[in-house]
Amino acid sequence: MRFDDEPVPGYPLPILPGHTSPGRLERVLRSGAFAITAEMEPPDSANPEDVYRRARVFDGYADAINATDGSGANCHMSSLAVCALLTRVGYAPVMQISCRDKNRIAIQGDILGGAAMGVCNMLCLSGDGVQTGDHPQAKPVFDLDCMSLLEIGRDMRDQHRFQSGRKVTFAPRVFFGAAANPFVQPFDWRAQRLAKKVAAGAQFIQTQYCYDMPRLRSYMQQVEDLGLLDKVFILVGVGPMRSAKVAEWMRSNVPGVHIPDAVIKRMAGAEKPAAEGRKICTEIMQEVKEIKGVAGVHIMAYRQEDAVPEMVQNSGVLQGRVPWYPGRDGADAELHYTPAPTVPAAPQAA
Amino acid sequence: MYAVRRWSVRHARGLEIFYQGFERAFVALHPLWKAIGYERLEKPVAVVEKAVKGLLFDCQMCGQCALSSTGMSCSMNCPKTLRNGPCGGVRADGHCEVKPEMRCVWVEAYAGSQRMVAGKEAIKVVQFAVDGRLKGKSSWLKVAREKNVQGEP
Repeated sequence: MRFDDEPVPGYPLPILPGHTSPGRLERVLRSGAFAITAEMEPPDSANPEDVYRRARVFDGYADAINATDGSGANCHMSSLAVCALLTRVGYAPVMQISCRDKNRIAIQGDILGGAAMGVCNMLCLSGDGVQTGDHPQAKPVFDLDCMSLLEIGRDMRDQHRFQSGRKVTFAPRVFFGAAANPFVQPFDWRAQRLAKKVAAGAQFIQTQYCYDMPRLRSYMQQVEDLGLLDKVFILVGVGPMRSAKVAEWMRSNVPGVHIPDAVIKRMAGAEKPAAEGRKICTEIMQEVKEIKGVAGVHIMAYRQEDAVPEMVQNSGVLQGRVPWYPGRDGADAELHYTPAPTVPAAPQAA
Repeated sequence: MYAVRRWSVRHARGLEIFYQGFERAFVALHPLWKAIGYERLEKPVAVVEKAVKGLLFDCQMCGQCALSSTGMSCSMNCPKTLRNGPCGGVRADGHCEVKPEMRCVWVEAYAGSQRMVAGKEAIKVVQFAVDGRLKGKSSWLKVAREKNVQGEP
């Protein structure tokens, strides 16, 4: 897909009528195309090239890149910084904001700062508990929850004010998203909770890993019954598993991941488990594309990011569309592509 | 206490009826509270409120009680103090991701709300962020004061 006003990297697109952000993700979704977002693992380093290298993997296969905010309560480069680096060269990042580590003062500051750096998409999350991460001794903040965070962000954008009521002189023009997990209890309430998020300001949704199609279908039916399909874009979370053992481990150790026995059995029986995992993921992408109301997929290929192009290609879900990336449109765009500054290698610890 | 807390959710409907009567009476006594002085009442009432609700709900005295909207399951017992529903980390057995030995506060809340009348709808409404200044204060007095201020010309 090519918009006639493709961006100069780092410069915002014009905001189209009915849109809230100058971002490409909102444009792709509102155009009705099947969108792809991909999650990047932020580096444990201060080298910007580590960010660019990880982003380039998705070139031509993702409309936006999610920058996680200390996901799993592990410490990494901040999502705001990853996003700021990505927007410099024109990528469309999704800045994840977790309520775990920051109070409302810091979060509202980040929303302004992110928008000022050209971040057009922000994903409002409650966040994982600190016990799951590498700093279980940390103080959990949770001053807000995902719902009040959405409301605050929306009011900053639409009402031009902080939660305190103080005026924001230039509103952040952001496409706000939220997470959903249709695969855990209480099942009957999950769609209703989505309605709450939409009421609070969510415009797009990225779900937890989907391996259970019947559950997703019944969830989407409930979402449709609540009249939400034309109010929110739903991107279904997908990802490859490396082996049955990894799947088993994820199921019992990663909060909120539900993998049916049949999937694990199929992995266990496979000759090449990693390839089978990618195949399952590819098939799920194809299947969810056919479900009414699914606007795209969100690929979380943790430590298998290299496999994303192949899976997207094989699935055919893009139908020949090539998402924008720095340099896609030839030499002209190349001119604006500022390569990351080279940074000397950090001294290795002895 | 955990067992009592769970009993309260199972009897959410009864508690809803009781609280509606209690609130009406408490709000109606506004002239008395005003005569004594809300400030002066704050401490003793908060002590009573903490004792009663602490026993029934493991109340954390956030000072802005939402039990009527949370199926009589105190959302401040959620390790993430979520005010609007369960996170995505609920375990397959309906227990908490942070405290595996505890039932998810919001799985309980949903069950409780389904037993209630007003609470069934109230749980669908977005609750705003907690006001940290109210922690430790009496929610009952807050309701009595607010309802009467609204009612006064």
